[in-house]
Amino acid sequence: MALRSLATRKTLALGLNSTRLTQSRALQTFSLPDLPYDYGALEPAISGEIMQLHHQKHHQTYITNYNKALEQLQEAIQKGDSSTVVKLQTAIKFNGGGHINHSIFWNNLAPIREGGGEPPKGSLGWAIDTNFGSLESLVQKINAEGAALQGSGWVWLGLDKELKKLVVETTANQDPLVTKRPHLVPLLGIDVWEHAYYLQYKNVRPDYLKNIWKVINWKYASGVYEKESA
Amino acid sequence: MAAATSMVTSSSFTFPSQGLRLPTRSHPCMKPQRRFLRKYASNVITATYELKPPPYSLNALEPHMSRETLEYHWGKHHRTYVENLNKQVVGTDLEGLSLEDIITVTYNKGDILPAFNSAAQAWNHDFFWESMKPGGGGKPSGDLLDLIERDFGSFERFTEEFKSAAATQFGSGWAWLAYKANRLGVENAVNPWPSENDKKLVIVKSPNAVNPLVWDYFPLLTIDVWEHAFYLDFQNRRADYISMFMEKLVSWEAVNARLENAKAQAAEREMEEERMKNEEEWKPTDDDDDDDDDEGLEMYVDSDDDSEAE
Repeated sequence: MALRSLATRKTLALGLNSTRLTQSRALQTFSLPDLPYDYGALEPAISGEIMQLHHQKHHQTYITNYNKALEQLQEAIQKGDSSTVVKLQTAIKFNGGGHINHSIFWNNLAPIREGGGEPPKGSLGWAIDTNFGSLESLVQKINAEGAALQGSGWVWLGLDKELKKLVVETTANQDPLVTKRPHLVPLLGIDVWEHAYYLQYKNVRPDYLKNIWKVINWKYASGVYEKESA
Repeated sequence: MAAATSMVTSSSFTFPSQGLRLPTRSHPCMKPQRRFLRKYASNVITATYELKPPPYSLNALEPHMSRETLEYHWGKHHRTYVENLNKQVVGTDLEGLSLEDIITVTYNKGDILPAFNSAAQAWNHDFFWESMKPGGGGKPSGDLLDLIERDFGSFERFTEEFKSAAATQFGSGWAWLAYKANRLGVENAVNPWPSENDKKLVIVKSPNAVNPLVWDYFPLLTIDVWEHAFYLDFQNRRADYISMFMEKLVSWEAVNARLENAKAQAAEREMEEERMKNEEEWKPTDDDDDDDDDEGLEMYVDSDDDSEAE
C-alpha cells in the first residue's frame, strides 16, 4: 500500500512533465489507499469509529479535492492562465498535503498483534538514542510539541538528510513536512487535528498522544530511515 | 484605569488614528467591570477573568447543537482558555487590562505573544455563544437588512458568501460578519480619505484564534469552525453544521445590537479623528504664511517679516 502511494506520486511527476509536451495526456488521478488493517484493529488506542471516519471521509475528501484542483491546474497551465495557476496553490497544498500526510499516517500505525507499539530496533533505535537520549525522551518531546500545537496540524519525527540527524517538527494544517525544510524526510507523523481523536478523547489531546504509542508501527519508520540514510 | 495608563506608557505600539490610546470598545456584553474581579484574599490582589455562561442553558440549542457539545465546548474548551489566560496574565503588564486590550497588545501586529491564543479564544467563544439563541435563524430586518442588501446584493447572497467563508477556512478558525468603518483591508494601514462608502459590512475568515478586532473591524457575527465545535454532532459534515447554524441558531437581535453599537463607536471615532486633525492643522509651522495668531514656536512677534514668508 505504501508502494502504491509512492507510485502515484512518481507517476504524477511524470504525468505533469509529459503534459507540458503533449497536451493530450490524461491527468493522473489519485484514489484512497486501503488500510492494511481493519478499522477496529487499533482499539482501544484509537476507536474503530474514528478510523472509519478518518479514512473514508476525511482522507477521501482530501483526495477528491486534490484531484479536482489538479484538473483545474492542468487546464489553467494549458491555457496559460497564470492567475488561476497561482490561485490554486493553496488548495493544492492543503488537499495534496492532506493526501500525502494521511497516506504516511496509515502506515505509521499497526495493530498490536502486528507489531504496533514495539520499540524500534536496528539503526533507527540507535539513532533515536543518539539524537534524543532515549525513546522515552523522544516520546515526551513529541507529545509536548503535539499537545502545544495551536489549532490543527501534525507533529513529526523526521530525518534531516542534509544535517544527517533526527528532528522533531510540527507543521500547521496539512502542510507536509517537506515544507518546513526541503531535506526533511517524514518517518513518523501524528495527526493532531481534532478529527483524529475528538470522538474518543474529546478535548484531552494529551491522552490521545499518550495512547497512540501503543499502536505506532516502528517497523515502517525504520524501513524509511534505513532507505533514506543509506 | 490606572493599569491601562501604565500599559500605555510601557508599550511601543500605536494606532494611527488614535495616537497612544488603546481602543476601548464598550461591547454590551464585555464591560470590563463584569469580566474583571479583584480578589482581596489575604492582602494579595489578583485579577481574574471569569468564564461567563452562555445566555441560555446548555441544552437550549437542541436538537441542533447538542447539550453534550455545549458541555465540552463551553465547559472544557472555553473554560481552559480562560484558566490559561489567567495563568498567563497574572504578574505581568497585561494584568488588569480588558480582554480586548490584551488581544490587541498580544497580537503584536501578527508576531503574536503567548497570551494571545488564550485571550482571543476566550473572547471569541463569549462572542460565539452570544451570536446564537434558541429558536434563532430566520432573517434580519431594519437597518441591518438594508446594509446586508446594500453590501451583498441580497440576504441570500450574503448567506451563500458567509457559508462559503466558513466552509473554506482551512484548518481551525472562524468566519465573521464585521462592520468595517473606514479601515483599509490591510494591516496597519490608515485610510487617508475615509468616506461613507468605506463604511461597510464585510465577511472575513480567520485562522485559529485570530479575530477581526486585530484588523480594527467591529465584529457582528461569528461561527466557530474549529472541529470541536461540530464534531460530536456532525462529524466531518462541516457544511451541514454551517447550514444548521444559519437556519436555526443565528441571533439576529445580537447582530443588530452590535451593529448599532459599532455605528455609534465609528461615529465617535470619526469625530475624534476630525478633532485631532483640526488640532494638527492649527499647529504653527515655518512654512505657514497665515499664522498671525500663533503662540508656540515662532521666536518673533512680527509675522509680517517677508524674509520668512516664502
